[in-house]
Amino acid sequence: MDQQPAETLARLQQLVQDLLREAQRQGATAAEASATFSTGLEINVRLGELETLEHTRDNGLSIQVYFGRRKGSASTTDLSTAAIRDTVAAACSIATHTQEEPCSGLPDAAHLAEEIPDLDLDHPWDLTVEQGIELARICESAARTLDKRIVNSEGANLSTQRNLHVYGNTLGFLGGYPSTRHSLSCALVAREGDSMERDYWWTTSRAPEDLESPEQVGRRAAERTLARLHSRRVPTGPAPVLFSAPMAAGLLRNLVAALSGANLYRKASFLLDQLGTQLFPDFVRIHEEPHLPRALGSAPFDGEGVATRAKDLVREGVLRTYLLDSYTACRLGLVTTGNAGGVHNLRIQPNAGDRASLLREMDRGLLVTELLGQGVNLVTGDYSRGAAGFWVEGGAIQYPVSEITIAGNLKEMFRQLVAVGDDCDFPGNVQTGSWLIERMMIAGA
Amino acid sequence: MKDLLVLAREHILQPAGLDAQDLQRLLAQLQHPAIDIADLYFQSSRLQSWVLEDGLLKQGNFSIEQGVGIRAVSGEKTGFAYSDALQMPGLLQAARAARTIARSGSQGQVRIPTQTERFPLRYEPLNPLDSLSDGEKVALLHRIDAEARKIDPRVKQVIASLVAVQEAVLILDDQGQMHGDIRPLVRCNVHVIAESGQRREQGSSGGGARTDLGYFLAEDRALHYAREAVRQALINLEALEAPAGTMTVVLGPGWPGVLLHEAVGHGLEGDFIRKGTSAFAGRLGERVAASGVTVVDDGTLPARRGSLNVDDEGTPSQCTTLIEDGILKGFMQDRLNARLMGVPCTGNGRRESYAHLPMPRMTNTYMLAGDQDPQEIIASVDRGLYAVNFGGGQVDITSGKFVFSASEAYLIEGGKIGPPLKGATLMGNGPEVLTKVRMIGNDLALDLGVGTCGKEGQNVPVGVGQPTLRVDGLTVGGTQRP
Repeated sequence: MDQQPAETLARLQQLVQDLLREAQRQGATAAEASATFSTGLEINVRLGELETLEHTRDNGLSIQVYFGRRKGSASTTDLSTAAIRDTVAAACSIATHTQEEPCSGLPDAAHLAEEIPDLDLDHPWDLTVEQGIELARICESAARTLDKRIVNSEGANLSTQRNLHVYGNTLGFLGGYPSTRHSLSCALVAREGDSMERDYWWTTSRAPEDLESPEQVGRRAAERTLARLHSRRVPTGPAPVLFSAPMAAGLLRNLVAALSGANLYRKASFLLDQLGTQLFPDFVRIHEEPHLPRALGSAPFDGEGVATRAKDLVREGVLRTYLLDSYTACRLGLVTTGNAGGVHNLRIQPNAGDRASLLREMDRGLLVTELLGQGVNLVTGDYSRGAAGFWVEGGAIQYPVSEITIAGNLKEMFRQLVAVGDDCDFPGNVQTGSWLIERMMIAGA
Repeated sequence: MKDLLVLAREHILQPAGLDAQDLQRLLAQLQHPAIDIADLYFQSSRLQSWVLEDGLLKQGNFSIEQGVGIRAVSGEKTGFAYSDALQMPGLLQAARAARTIARSGSQGQVRIPTQTERFPLRYEPLNPLDSLSDGEKVALLHRIDAEARKIDPRVKQVIASLVAVQEAVLILDDQGQMHGDIRPLVRCNVHVIAESGQRREQGSSGGGARTDLGYFLAEDRALHYAREAVRQALINLEALEAPAGTMTVVLGPGWPGVLLHEAVGHGLEGDFIRKGTSAFAGRLGERVAASGVTVVDDGTLPARRGSLNVDDEGTPSQCTTLIEDGILKGFMQDRLNARLMGVPCTGNGRRESYAHLPMPRMTNTYMLAGDQDPQEIIASVDRGLYAVNFGGGQVDITSGKFVFSASEAYLIEGGKIGPPLKGATLMGNGPEVLTKVRMIGNDLALDLGVGTCGKEGQNVPVGVGQPTLRVDGLTVGGTQRP
C-alpha cells in the first residue's frame, strides 16, 4: 500500500474538477464525473506453496455530459491531460447524436448529500507479502489436515484492497472517501471412491481484525466439501425448500433487481405497480441501512451524489418503496430513493431461530446450499435453477443431494416464505438468515 | 496492408513514446535463471456503444482502456503486476514487483526482441468504430426499433444496442519474440418485451463478429435480429409451464452448443487438468462420449467472435480436437500449464485485459456434424423436450454437474413439435451427458456471435456450435409433474 490517501483524494478531486471544467468549456450545460484509484495485493497459496502473487493498481475516470436534456458519456484509464480532453470530447460528440429525454439530467440539488458522514470504512492492512503468504498457508493447511479425504486444493486466496472514490457534478457537489476491503477464501477438493466434490468458504471485511481466523475459514471450507461426498439425486416432485443463508441472499438480490427503477420503467419486472401491496407474509421486514459503521455495503452518498438513507423496503409484508435513482424516479413520477448504483446493506428481520430449528420446522424437504446457472426471469418471476444440498427427513439431514433443479415463481415463493432464520453466517452487502419456502418443484431422477 | 506488429507498435508504443531500448530494459528486469516464463502484455482498447430504448437514442458511451501487464513465472509460481500508465518509471516498478516471485539473484542474458514468425490472419486489422458514421449507427438502431414495433402491436418495449471495440495488443516474451494483433469486435443486440392482457414476456436476439459494423447491414442481419427477438417474445406469450424430471431432450443447432461449453469445455482446460480438480483429469484416451461425437476448439475460424490470430501469450491460434469419435483426445493449454504438463501450447492462453493473468480458455467450441436428418431426430422422440434457444450456463468442474437455461423450448409429443414451454434450466453431469447422445444431425451451425465466457472473474468472447442432437436423459427444471 503505497498511497497517501489525503494526497491521492486531492489529486482525484482535481481530476474530477478538470473533467467538469473541460466539459463546460466544450459547451456542456451540465456534467457529472467520477474518479477512482485502487491498489491491492492478491496472494494465492496452493498445496502449501505460493502460486500467484498479484499487485493490483487501477485508475479510472468517467464523465457524463448533458446538453440540455441530451447526454453522452465516456471513460478512460489514461489520466493524461490529452486523454481527459479527448474523453470529454468523445462524450460531447456522443451527445450530439442522442435525443432529448425529459428525465435526463443531474439530480435535484435538494437531494444531494450535504455532509459526508465518516462511516469508518478505511482500515488499510499493513501486511507484508510474507505475512500474507503465511496467513493463506495457515488457512489451507487447517483445511487439508482436517480429513484425509481432502485430497486436493484450489488454494487459499488472500486479498487486500484500498479504494479511493470521488464523485462530482456541476451543481457544486464534490465528495470522496477511502475504503478498504480484505478477504480470505479457501476452495478444496474431497474424494472418496468415485465421488469427487469441491466447495469453499470465505470471509471478507473492511478491517483486517474483523476477518474470521484463517483456521476457521479453512476448517469451514473443508467441512462443507466433505459433507457433499456421495451426493445422490432425489425423485422428481414438490417439496418444501430451505435456502441456506448465503443462498437466501440470492433471493433478496432477485427482489432488489425486480424493484430497481431501471427494470420497472422498462416494464421488465414482475413487480410492476406493486407499491403498497402485500408481497410477503405479515412478519417480513426488509430494510436498508446505508450508514452502518464498517459494513461492506455502507456509502454516504449514492452513484450520483444523492444522500443515502435508511428505509424499509418491505414492512409487515407490504412493499413500501422501489429502488430509484433520479432518472428512473422521474420516469415513474416518483422521487429518487438514493439508490443510484444499488442498495447499501440490505437486511431482513428474522422470525425464527437457527438452522437446526428451521430443519425441524421443515421436517421433510430439501436444504439448498448451492445454486447453479442464471435461470431467473425477472420479467415473469419464473425461477428454475440447478441446485445441490441435502435431503431432510424427520427434521434432520439424511444425505447430500446434487444434479437436481428447483423451480417456481418468485412472486409465489415470496408469498410462501414461512420462516427466516437468525443464522446469518456470511459477510456481504445483502445479509439474511436461511429462508424456508413452503413448496417448490424439484426435478431429479 | 501493414504488418500487424507494425500496426500494434503504432497504436501502443508510439503514442506512449516507448522505444525498443525501453522494452529491452523492461525485459531485462524479468531475466533471471529461476524465471521460466516472462512476458509483457501491452493493450490499448477503444470501445463505443449506443443504446436505443423507448424509440429514443438515449445513451452512448466511449471508453479507453490501456495498460501493460507484466508477468514472471518460476515453476508453478506466478508474479504479476500491471500499470495503466505507459511510462517507464511505472513500468519498471511493475516489472520489479512481478519478478519478486523469483527472489533475489543476478540478472540473466537479455534477449533482443525480434519479430515472430508470420501466421495467417483470421480477421482484418480494421477499426470498427469508424466503419460507419455515428449518424449511420444511430439510424441503424432506429431501423431495428421500427422493424420490431411494426411486426406486432403487442411489442411494448424495444432495447437495441450496438457495440464496437478495437483492441490492439503487443506481446513480448522471454524468448525474445514480439507478437502484435489488432482485434476488431462488433456486436448488436435486440431485447423486446411483449404484452398481452396481464401477461408480459421477453425475447432477445443478436449477433457479432470480428469485423466492422457493416456486418449488421449486410444480409439485413440487424433487422433479422429484431424479427427474431419479437418472434421469441410472442412465442413466450403462449408458453405453457415446463415439465419437471429427467427426459429425452432434442437440442437445436447453433447456440444450444453452450451444452458443450459447460459439459465438457471447461473441464478440459489445462489448468484444471494439471491440478487434478477436473472430473476429466487422467481420462485421456478414455471414452467420454457416444461414438460419432467429435468436439473441437477452433480459434482459426474466419472473423468469428471467439477467433484469434494469436492468443494473449503470442501462440498462433489453432484447431484442437478435444473428443474424437467419443474418445477424449486433448486439452486446451496456455504456456504455464503446457510447460508443467510437458505438452505443446494450443493457442488457448487468454486474458480479459492487461490487468488479468492469462489462463487456458476456450475460443470457438463445437461438435462436428453427423449424418441424421434433424426432422427424423425429432420424429424419433415419443415424448420429450425440443430446446432451440438458451441463456447462459454454469459448471462445477470437479463434480462435473452443469446447467444451461433454455429460453425457447417446445414439448415433443408422438414425434411432433407441440406447444411452446416456458424457459427452464437443464441439468446434467458433464462426463456422462455426451455418452447419452443418441442421434447427431447433419445441420452443424455456429452461434450468431454473442457468447461471453466467465472464469475466475475474467470475461472473454467465445463461440459455440453443434448440429441437432438427441440426448437421452437431461434433467428438465420445469414446474409441472411429468
